[in-house]
Parts: sequence; C-alpha cells; structure tokens
Amino acid sequence: MTARPALPDARGRFGLYGGRYVPEVLIPALDELAAAWAELREDPGFRGELDALLRDYVGRPSPLTYAARLSDALGYRIYLKREDLNHTGAHKINNTLGQVLLAKRLGKSRVIAETGAGQHGVATATAAALFGLPCVVYMGEEDTHRQAPNVERMRLLGAEVIPVTAGQRTLKEAINEAMRDWAATVRHTHYVFGTAAGPSPFPALVRDLQRVIGDEAREQFREAEGRDPDAVVACVGGGSNAIGTFAAFIGAPGVTLYGIEAGGRGAGVGEHCRSLTLGEPGVLHGAYSYLLQDADGQVAATHSISAGLDYPGVGPEHSYLKDAGLARYEAATDREALEGFRALATLEGILPALEPAHAIGWLLRRPLPEGSRVLVCLSGRGDKDLETVRRALAAAEGAGA
Amino acid sequence: MPDLEAVLRARREAGGRAFVPYVTGGLPGVTPDLLRGLAEAGADAIEVGIPFSDPVMDGGVIQEASRRALEAGARPLEVVATVAEAGLDLPVVLMTYYNPVLRLGEERFLEEAVAAGVAGVIVPDLPVDEAAGWRERCLARGVAAVFLAAPGSSPERFREIAAAARGFVYCVSTYGVTGEREELAGTAEEVVAALRPLTDVPLLVGVGIGTPEQAAAACASADGATVGSAIVRRLLAEDPAGALRLARAFRDAVPR
Repeated sequence: MTARPALPDARGRFGLYGGRYVPEVLIPALDELAAAWAELREDPGFRGELDALLRDYVGRPSPLTYAARLSDALGYRIYLKREDLNHTGAHKINNTLGQVLLAKRLGKSRVIAETGAGQHGVATATAAALFGLPCVVYMGEEDTHRQAPNVERMRLLGAEVIPVTAGQRTLKEAINEAMRDWAATVRHTHYVFGTAAGPSPFPALVRDLQRVIGDEAREQFREAEGRDPDAVVACVGGGSNAIGTFAAFIGAPGVTLYGIEAGGRGAGVGEHCRSLTLGEPGVLHGAYSYLLQDADGQVAATHSISAGLDYPGVGPEHSYLKDAGLARYEAATDREALEGFRALATLEGILPALEPAHAIGWLLRRPLPEGSRVLVCLSGRGDKDLETVRRALAAAEGAGA
Repeated sequence: MPDLEAVLRARREAGGRAFVPYVTGGLPGVTPDLLRGLAEAGADAIEVGIPFSDPVMDGGVIQEASRRALEAGARPLEVVATVAEAGLDLPVVLMTYYNPVLRLGEERFLEEAVAAGVAGVIVPDLPVDEAAGWRERCLARGVAAVFLAAPGSSPERFREIAAAARGFVYCVSTYGVTGEREELAGTAEEVVAALRPLTDVPLLVGVGIGTPEQAAAACASADGATVGSAIVRRLLAEDPAGALRLARAFRDAVPR
C-alpha cells in the first residue's frame, strides 16, 4: 500500500479542500472540539466506552450479507454491509454516540442537530435520550413531510423538532438554522454535525467515527472471499457512510471506490444533487469543497427523491479523493434508485432506504466487469421511505400506462 | 476613495463616535438615492451587503432581505455598481459571504470594488486564519480587510485579529446572529476591552444594536456602532423614509 500523508493537515485541509469558513464566534468551539478529539480518539477509556456502546446498544458488528440472487442477476459477487440493521436503522448512530459522548466530556449540557432524511435526527435524539441531554433537531419543512415517521420518532424520543421554512426547506436550510442556533448557544451546546462535511474538525471527526463500517467490512469481506473487494460502492450526499466505508480501503491495491450521487430527474440546474460530478469548488457550511452553485456563487437548488442525499455540497475529503483519483464518483437517477429499491426488496427481502438504493440502482447498470467482487454499504433501511416509494411507483405506473 | 480607517480615526480623535449603517444591496429600495440619504443622515461610513443564498451569520431580517434581493435578481457586480453610482464622499464597506467573492475570484472582486470606490470589505465567514491571501490582496489594493472579533475568543485569537485589523474591527456584541435584541449584551464591552490594549484600529460594535439608546450605550467603550437589522426592517416594510429617520435618530444618539 502506498503511504499517504495523514489527512486532514493541521489546518483542517484535505489537499485544497476543507478548512473552517465560519463566523468568528464559532472558532473557539471548533478549537475546543478539535483538541478534545485529538486527545480522545486514541484514549483507551473513551474508545472502550464507545466500543461497548456500539456492541451492546447498536448491535455491532453489523453483518455482511452475501446478496445471492442479486449477484446471480447481475453476474457479480455482491456483499451488503448491513448498516440498516443498526439500532435506529442507519449508520448515523455510529457518529451520534461518539459525538454525544464527546459532548459529555466537554461538559456541554445540550445538543442540537440538523437532519435531512431524519435518520441523523433520530440517531441524535436517541443518543441524547441515552445520555439524558436535551436535544433540538432542525429539519427542513419539506423533509418533515416526506419523512414524517422520523419526525414522530424524534418527538417520541424526547427531542424538539423545529421545521425550517427558509429556502427550499430541506437539509441545507436545516444546517443554516442549526449553525445559527449554535452561534447563540455555543458555550453550553454541542452541534452534532451529521455528515462528513462542515467546518474542520467535523469532516475528520465524522469520518473517524464512521470508519468502523469500513474496518469491519474489510475484515468480514476477507473472511468471506479470502481477499479484498474489486469495487466498494456507497451513496454520497454529504458523504458520511461513503467516507466511513472508503476509509478502510483508500489506496488499497486493486480496490476501486465508487461514490454514487443523487442524479435526481436530470442534469439540469435544480434537478439533481451531483456536486462532485457536476459542481465546482466553493464554500458552503464552513468548508471548501465541490458545490452546486450559479455564476454568482449563489448555492443552487437541488432535487432528489431521497431527502438524505438532497444537498448541494459534499464533504471535503470526497473532493480530495476525486481530484487525487483515489475514488470515482458517478450518479444514479431517482428512477434508478427506485429500481434499486425494488430489486433489493424482491431479490433479497430487504427494503433499503432510498439513499443506498442509489448504489444498488447504479449496479443494476452492470457498470463493472463480469464476476467483480463488490462491497456495497447498505447505509439504512427503508421504513421511512415507504410513502415516497409508494407514490413514486404509482406515478411511474400511471405514466407508463 | 476616502480611507476607511482615517475617517473613523478622525471621528474618534475629534471626541466623537462613528455611526455605520448597513443595508442589503439589491433589495428593492436600496438605491443610490437611499445611500446618499444615509450619508446625509450623518453616517460616517456605510456598509452595503451583497446578498448570499445561505447567510448563516444573519438573523431573520437580513435573511429575508437577502432572499428578496436575490428574488429581485440582485447580482454582486450590480450591487457594486450601485455603490459607484451613488458617488458618495464617505467610505463604503462591502459585506458579503466568502463564496460570492471566491466565485468571482478574490482579485477580480477587489478590482471591481476598487473601481467603484469601495474602501473596505467584511467577509464574516472568512476568519483571519483562512484569510492570508485575502489580506495580502486587500493590502496591495488599499482596501481594508475588516475582521470580526467575538465573545469567547482566546487572548491569542484576539491578538491575531488585532494584528490583522485594518479599517476597523467589527466587534460582535453577543453570541448569535444579526438581529435586534431587547438589551445590549454585556459581552460587547468585554470584546472591546480585550482588543483595546492590542490595537489602535477603531473598534466598532455590531450585531444586536436595535435602538439609538443601545448604540449610545455601546459607544461608551467602543469607537462606534454598526446598525443593520433595525434599518433593513424599515426597508422590508417599504418605508425608506422611516429607515432614514431611524438613521438620523441613531446619528443623534451617537456623539459626533
């Protein structure tokens, strides 16, 4: 394996990308968080507490499932890393338990979060309940409708859910509002950032906490196949499940990493969330990274059938991996995601979340050589999406009739 | 173009305090006439915002003003053109987020700003440690790169900000985003007190100053006050005359 410099560097950069472009009032909290994580990430006490929670509360290690019928249908050997089987139904809990533990160590008495699909909100509300901290979750109003079951879950877990009515009323606006809350409450509040984006140290912190996905999967894959996969595939919105999976494989010989963005309904402005494949570098939410924006630097509108991928930016490490040729980025459309959803449901008996359904949908194109050994991060389960899928399938059938 | 720092220092040396109103450029009603009106109301300098789609440092009023400005088709260089057209003989400071600057390119942005007679630029999401190149470019073109200082910063951080300061230091009065508050936060004085021994550059308090009384209180220790949301709120209500009246009331409260 080629030796790579440890990233990010001291300035929170992954090559050109990352940094911390935030108002001055947040700098002390980011400094404090970075220092705490530098100290605790290798601390046996902290690690032990987190590992015990991941085992006894989340149910880790999550299984690696051989998808036999899907494999037969496509001519690959496909393994699914089952983050959908985690407590709360997605990979998000890996991050929130770590961050809430960290918040406790920092003496913070309140946590806030943003959420798109609601999975991160549920995972934060869960961790907050477990540790007895009050929790406020900002969620775009549009997302509170399309992911209504998760709003109920958060409220039942004792969190306050605040619908955000600005702009497109989705994830981007939820992050804006959470950052405003944090600016006002930063002395006693920790912002549990949900994806591997945002100002430094969040991209590295979230990656480190999600890396358990890739580390487990690599070991499990070697046990099953006696070797590493040829391809590792994960969906990318902000990119936390992808970076957590990729982290164990970056630079591994013979392994190609594929990040699948939400292709929405087309390549026109406002029709997709393809920041890496159609965007240009810019600054949003504290980091320099690929971004969907107009000629004036205004952030562009986005669309995806999946709320969790509906975001115009992306974590800075993905931008670095793209430019360095260390990972490849592709897109799957809404329709392909639905096909992926249906394929996994009918061939494997698994209802995936619409986010990882993009990764499955992309594989349905058979983009890899015959016989490829493939690891897919199945980042979450599809219960939250049943209404969206039902409507989309009904509309597609109506249009096809 | 009048020198921002020189103008603010002159005000201080004469025993007065500076009054610096903010308006969102591109918002319908924010015309060259309105800028001239603010000058006539006694502003020492004027901050003109270039609206951004995701203003995380701003509260409800300026968010709404930014939204309306963008909806009306506001573009960065048109806002700069409005400044040029106003032909003011007081310093104008542009305030915008980093991405519009980056998109145009720091160099091109500054070139256009200088051509329009702009004296300074505030980029609230570009803290000193990300601004090495920006500071050099601003210095080379004689534009003041204004930085924010906020409550809670470490002494080391205050030193860094003081060392970088040009034009004035924008002392954020409180934890939080722009917008009027019931009371002026006590933290305003703390930020000013922390910076005072570190720099001779004028210290202006901003964020959360909603009334002339609060501006006067802030000016007990600071060298001036910047006022945004209270004025912009009148503009959102399509009451430019009210905005100018309020500006005059602020001017009267802030000693000349």
